[in-house]
Amino acid sequence: MGGEVAGNAILEIGDLKKEFGGLIAVDDVSFDVQRGEIFSIIGPNGAGKTTIFNLISGVLPTTDGEIKFEGDVINGLKPHVVAGLGLSRTFQNLQVFNNMTVLENVMVGRHLQSSYGMMSAGLRLPGGRREEKEIIDRSMEQLAYVGLDSMADVGASSLPFGQQRLLEIARAMATEPKLLMLDEPGAGLNRPEKEDLDALVRRIRDSGVTVLLVEHDMAFVMGIAERIIVLDYGEKIAEGTPEEIQSDPEVIAAYLGHEEIRVI
Amino acid sequence: MVGEEGWSRYANIMGLGVFIAIIVVFGLIETIEPFGLRFRDLTGGMITFDTLIRIGILTIVVVGLNLLMGYAGQISLGQAGYYGIGAYVSAILCTMAPRHHLLPGISDTWWWPWLVIVVAMLVTGGFAYLIGKPILRLRGMYLAMATLGLGVVMYTVFREGGGLTGGHDGISGIPRLSIGNFTFWPIERYYWLVWAVAIAVIIIGLNVINSRVGRGLRAIESSEVAASTMGVDTANYKVQIFVLSAMMASLAGSLYAHFQALVAPGPFGFVPSVELVCMAAVGGMASVWGAALGVTFFFLVKEVLRARMHQLLGVGGEYELIGYGIILILVMIFMPQGLSFGGAKALEWLRNLKVFRRAGDKETEPRAEQAV
Repeated sequence: MGGEVAGNAILEIGDLKKEFGGLIAVDDVSFDVQRGEIFSIIGPNGAGKTTIFNLISGVLPTTDGEIKFEGDVINGLKPHVVAGLGLSRTFQNLQVFNNMTVLENVMVGRHLQSSYGMMSAGLRLPGGRREEKEIIDRSMEQLAYVGLDSMADVGASSLPFGQQRLLEIARAMATEPKLLMLDEPGAGLNRPEKEDLDALVRRIRDSGVTVLLVEHDMAFVMGIAERIIVLDYGEKIAEGTPEEIQSDPEVIAAYLGHEEIRVI
Repeated sequence: MVGEEGWSRYANIMGLGVFIAIIVVFGLIETIEPFGLRFRDLTGGMITFDTLIRIGILTIVVVGLNLLMGYAGQISLGQAGYYGIGAYVSAILCTMAPRHHLLPGISDTWWWPWLVIVVAMLVTGGFAYLIGKPILRLRGMYLAMATLGLGVVMYTVFREGGGLTGGHDGISGIPRLSIGNFTFWPIERYYWLVWAVAIAVIIIGLNVINSRVGRGLRAIESSEVAASTMGVDTANYKVQIFVLSAMMASLAGSLYAHFQALVAPGPFGFVPSVELVCMAAVGGMASVWGAALGVTFFFLVKEVLRARMHQLLGVGGEYELIGYGIILILVMIFMPQGLSFGGAKALEWLRNLKVFRRAGDKETEPRAEQAV
């Protein structure tokens, strides 16, 4: 598949732990994501996949453990600082900005690629206007990239569900991330939409962006991921290539306990 | 391709044009009185320069409040306090400084009051910054209560400030604003000044909303988590908009001081703060235009009730407040998003008609499952 692994880790997770009250949501999970790969986290509902995303992106504080991005420890940083390092994400339960148009949603993603502030905005100073034009141009490019450019002026909330997922990806890509984290991007999509998503994720990877993917759809993950870890009750129970994962007895047991595993 | 920015800009410029035209036409008719025609006669003394100046001044406050509440989603129940700081700083520095010969050669010039307006805005902004840092960590009800408390504290300082604020009697003898020998008085001159400032503030508000900063704010209102992961420094932006709205209130307060020539604690207490929030809500939360609309509606209803209540029902006095409350309730029931919402809907309808755009079929996904 997608060529050899570059050999240097972009994201290193070491003994990551998260407790909510007495509940341990993530229990000493460790893994490395290599630059330029599509890496997937799978597991039954409640396994702690989304929690790991929230920990990495700074939305939730970690209880213990270490998150390193490009060699630097990033736990404890605020989400907007983490975003500034080149780490962007989408949300499982969509977090599209419903009070804006499709284009404006993506323009928010250009926030860190521009810098003009309140004063420049209020008085429409030339510097800000120049940046604004740049923001619009780049955002339209991102919309074209996911195939939503014809919907630019539509209110984001009036988009069909599948397109809202694409919009979140476009918005995240507008931040020019080095690592893109997709939280169940295929959930709620129909088959043709999933095929488009498959192609889009590969295109994103081929453009040099590392992809970290949480997904439910086994066929989708097995087809696209280069390496996979499996979580169950917050613990990592397996790590390997799709082939290794599919034949792992512990994985099969974990899935049989919750839901049926459909392997190709 | 035109793009949403293009459209909303077009709509806003149109709106601004219509708005300015109304202000100018009214001002000219009242000043020139063509064929003896005067609005104050036509409206039974309800719409006068006095009313419209008050509407203009409060529009400035409510534009700021609207940015804070409608766009950034942060409530302030103490906005009248900042309005008061502006008024009192202007009142104090424009009366005491010349009287006590502070800064001779500066405090007795025509530009001293203008300088004081800027100083007042900076003082209020600085104060809002120091307060906003800790207070804006609170959310919803708690933020409402904290800002309410803050407003009460400011009001108490105005009322109990002794010699500095003049206590209950306040400060009188505040000079009119002037440029060189040109004084912004009589009242029609002040009308032009206030509305020029109000329109400038509206334009600034519109610019802020349709900018990088404004999108960041709207993002916070829609989903704070998503906004922060897109790189928006949510805490910082909330403070910034809090400061901006306080500075707008301060500017309005200064204009009020120079209009009344008298500043007393009355208009800066808790009830005025609530009224300001009502004006923003009635006009439409996420709409700079709603600010002007809300204030105007509020004033006109108040004036109509005051003038007509006794004729309609044969009662007077405090009963106007009941009618007033009922009207507010009706507006909020039938137009929960405010008066400007109806206008926006109509525009959207026209726009869809024009372009014949097909927005895709809306699918909803019954999905609430969330891993941990």
